[in-house]
Amino acid sequence: MNTLNPAVETFETSIADVDRAHVKVDVRNLNFYYGKTHSLKNVSIPIAKNKATALIGPSGCGKSTLLRTLNRMYALYPGQRAEGEIVLDGENVLGPRTDLARLRARVGMVFQKPTPFPMSIYDNVAFGVRLYENLSKADMDARVEESLTRAALWDEVKDKLSAPGLGLSGGQQQRLCVARGVAVRPEVLLLDEPTSALDPISSAKLEETVTQLKNDHTIVIVTHNLGQAARVSDYTGFMYLGELVEFGPTDELFTRPATKRTSDYITGRFG
Amino acid sequence: MSAAKLVRRRVGDVVFKGFCWSVTGLALVALAAILWSLLAQGFGGLNLDVFTMSTPAAGSRGGLANAIVGSLLMCVLAMVIALTVGVLAGTWLAEYGGRSKYGAVIRFLNDVLLSAPSILVGLFVYELLVAPFHGFSGFAGAVALALLAVPVITRTTEDVLLLQPTTLREAGVGLGAPLSYVIRQVLWRSARGGLLTGALLAFARISGETAPLLFTALNNQFFNKPWFDLRHQTANLPVVIFNGALSAYDDLRRLAWAGALLIAGTVLAVTIVARIVAQEQRRS
Repeated sequence: MNTLNPAVETFETSIADVDRAHVKVDVRNLNFYYGKTHSLKNVSIPIAKNKATALIGPSGCGKSTLLRTLNRMYALYPGQRAEGEIVLDGENVLGPRTDLARLRARVGMVFQKPTPFPMSIYDNVAFGVRLYENLSKADMDARVEESLTRAALWDEVKDKLSAPGLGLSGGQQQRLCVARGVAVRPEVLLLDEPTSALDPISSAKLEETVTQLKNDHTIVIVTHNLGQAARVSDYTGFMYLGELVEFGPTDELFTRPATKRTSDYITGRFG
Repeated sequence: MSAAKLVRRRVGDVVFKGFCWSVTGLALVALAAILWSLLAQGFGGLNLDVFTMSTPAAGSRGGLANAIVGSLLMCVLAMVIALTVGVLAGTWLAEYGGRSKYGAVIRFLNDVLLSAPSILVGLFVYELLVAPFHGFSGFAGAVALALLAVPVITRTTEDVLLLQPTTLREAGVGLGAPLSYVIRQVLWRSARGGLLTGALLAFARISGETAPLLFTALNNQFFNKPWFDLRHQTANLPVVIFNGALSAYDDLRRLAWAGALLIAGTVLAVTIVARIVAQEQRRS
């Protein structure tokens, strides 16, 4: 390990800050390629169980790419490949024997733009549940209500569950997608800039939701909004040009950044 | 800039605009002439007999009932075949194999088929389904029409599926659903307006085709027995029009005009419905 590079040094010490016993997903020496483009370079990052980990950094730094390796979404596209290890509860999900559908049921994802399916609000939430569980009507009703409640949307839609999901406002649609995601009870929830298409009020509601979800989900959130990272996350990783420059508890990284690059980014000097 | 140059530009502009206008006008005049003669001649031939009686012999009473029923049967059967093949093929091109070399070849061949002369399709089906069985049949006619509809549906299916946002695909897959399930439950549903438009366009295309039917379904003066039996040669509007238009008898020619008006009216109605559906889809 290059001890002359302060970024690497800081990063090594910070990993110790996450209690090893509470690591849900351990990313080790991850390299990612879009065809010949090398876009993640030897990234190692521990994701703490039932905490929120934020990934920040300028556009194109690889934070969304990192997120998309965690549920192997990249596997949809030929020519994209990952090397290294992503250990979820002791099992390397990059291995050839991983059942991708099962993995994605365990590691859910919410996208930048709301993506409600062209069906009713109820069916949107029940969509993923129906794939893996055979619930009675009453149990399904309860699951839908519970999920919508956790996504802070129940009160707004409880009287129109059979209305199309596409008829909701943008902020409501995004919370519907969160409800759809939590309905399958994933262990990890990946959020890819979930509020970038939302107005400030909807964003605040969604942040509240994320804070609530931390109780029983491990959360990884990619965001361009530094205030949001500071508000919702327990740990933050700062990425730049495909490398993890700095990682540590959020309050430390924001108040005492160890590298100049991190400090420049969070004070708005570049990015 | 010199004044002369400006004048020259303005003149050029006027000449070009005038040329565009007059060519468009020419096309519209031709279209109007066709529609006018169709309406003028076709309306005269329309009466209750057209819908209740079968193809007449020259000089006697008769109508298009058997041809209307035959055409509907063959078109519907053709659409069932073509939708199955076309939607699945288009889905494969858009979601699975479209980026491979094999996919590129399939897409190219489909485009060739899209502009294949329909009489060749008729001959092909003749060799395939008529000659070996020693008889013309409505089934062969439906297959020939289906072959003409498949490339249209394949193309539109691929196009509308590629228009669906990637995130919709990923959102479905991200919930742990296999891609095939996401395609059936989410993408087809999301693209249903476009799929319907493609189907209606294909229907409009085949409903007036004559050449492929001449080699396959041929014609029949009467209803088949029972009326839905397509194992024999089957009456249909395009061939009745073709025969009537060439005949020496005024009453048969009038009937042909009425048949032509019926087909044009149906295609127009179907096209309008397709447009409305497409617009509704864009709005939602």
